[in-house]
Amino acid sequence: MKLFRSNLIRLTRPPLPPQVKDDPIHVRIRDVHKTYGDHHVLNGVSLDIYRGKTNLIIGPSGSGKTVLMRQLIRLEKPDSGALLVNGVDFAKLEGLNLAAMRRTFGMVFQMSALFDSMTVFDNVAFPLREHTDLSRKEVRDRVMDRLSVLGVAAAAHKLPAQLSGGMQKRVAVARAMILESEILIYDEPTTGLDPITTEMVDDLITDAEEMFGVTSIVISHDMASVVRIADHLSFLHEGQIAATGTPQELLHTEHPATAEFIRASRISLE
Amino acid sequence: MPDAAPTASATPEKTSKLRDAAANAGEWLLKVLLSPFVEISALFKLLWEALFWGIRPPYRGRLFVEAMEFIGIGSIFLVSLTAVFVGGVLALQLVDGFRDFGAENQTGAVIGLALAREVGPVFAALMVTSRAGSAMTTELGSMRVTNQIDALVTMAVNPVQYLVVPRLVAGFVMVPVLTMLFNIVGVMGAFFVAVALLGLDPGVFMDRLQWLVDWDDVSQGLIKAMVFGVAVTLIACRQGFYAKGGAAGVGRATNRAVVQSAIAILMLDYLVTSLVLGEGFF
Repeated sequence: MKLFRSNLIRLTRPPLPPQVKDDPIHVRIRDVHKTYGDHHVLNGVSLDIYRGKTNLIIGPSGSGKTVLMRQLIRLEKPDSGALLVNGVDFAKLEGLNLAAMRRTFGMVFQMSALFDSMTVFDNVAFPLREHTDLSRKEVRDRVMDRLSVLGVAAAAHKLPAQLSGGMQKRVAVARAMILESEILIYDEPTTGLDPITTEMVDDLITDAEEMFGVTSIVISHDMASVVRIADHLSFLHEGQIAATGTPQELLHTEHPATAEFIRASRISLE
Repeated sequence: MPDAAPTASATPEKTSKLRDAAANAGEWLLKVLLSPFVEISALFKLLWEALFWGIRPPYRGRLFVEAMEFIGIGSIFLVSLTAVFVGGVLALQLVDGFRDFGAENQTGAVIGLALAREVGPVFAALMVTSRAGSAMTTELGSMRVTNQIDALVTMAVNPVQYLVVPRLVAGFVMVPVLTMLFNIVGVMGAFFVAVALLGLDPGVFMDRLQWLVDWDDVSQGLIKAMVFGVAVTLIACRQGFYAKGGAAGVGRATNRAVVQSAIAILMLDYLVTSLVLGEGFF
């Protein structure tokens, strides 16, 4: 049985050396380029993601936010540039090393991307069943614990289609966190949600960060959420980081496109 | 003279537009001509990936059983129903045709041969395409457009290994099983029509069938069924796996999967028959 599961064992992430754990910068994105045909979507993106903080990447539609996210999680390979995660260049990894490194990340997709043929419980248990040798009881205990913490334990035996958008997001976070990933990426987490659910999802992101000590990367164009949850903010414009800093710094930026974006969203710190 | 200037400048512009239109038409024609080869190479690429990942652990037995149940058990009723009527109509046509020259006692033999070699595998594969193939494309296509396949990747699970390999294996195993079922039920349908409705002697029907149809005929049909099983599941998976464009895109992918599968079955039928018989090559 061990032989059959040998590749699972190799997917276990090695422990981090202390000097890496103490590095305040978790991910260094350096000069990342991505082109589709003649269309240059990312034109040398460079950005630091801070450890244990909520890092937001904002920008207008079509600015390349989702493309950047897809490079970051290596759903696509950048044409050039580096994605240094704990000092390892994620952009250059292939095969089992890439698969092992992927466990550093948990991903919460815009529409949650829960497996619609599985119950909530099975969705959250899926990564454990795929990547660990835990017993049934251990899987059940861990899944139910995570669902309870996120307030969706009562929905364990429901199908994703039977849940509200906010509950689906909670389940997606539970699934993304079940392998104790270091970094959680949220792609447009509040798009299409009503204001109350939006606030609930914002709380969920900050709660996940506090409860599990993760680094959060949120791709968004919802400025109301940005002001509520961001520790660090970067503005992506025409495939490049046009401005970066704390929310206060960005709200007073003189960069024309960033200032225009913030002005148009009618957001202030007051 | 003042009117001459716009005319002179319009002519090169018109020529340039015509040249662009010709270039676009040429590009479009080239794309159309190359598209079957692009599609075939994409299918072989997916097949290669499936073979590569299929022999690697982990082996998820539950997924194989589920896929076999979906393709095989789920198609039993449809295949049986089709087989009864195909067998029946073959009997009806052959008895009527053979009566003209007093050869109706050969009906059982010809039906057995036709079912075992051609009709059984082709119809079983077509039924699997229409029921299971289209459903597979829709399911995988929906997973693609709702990021569920991306979610698998981010969880370090290879989607080809998880989604495509079990379905390919199920097609390879279950289409021959359904072909055997089609053959048996088809013969029963033919027997009923020929004997009960058209008055043929049951002993002669069965005797002629056993006399002409042997294991080589049945195995020829089973080889075809294996090839068809892989082909239809591969096409269904390829179309679903790479679907794009939301719900409409999934619909288009399903449509393409069914059309391509039907064409592939008939083309592969000729190819495999040529190879087995060792003749009929171009």
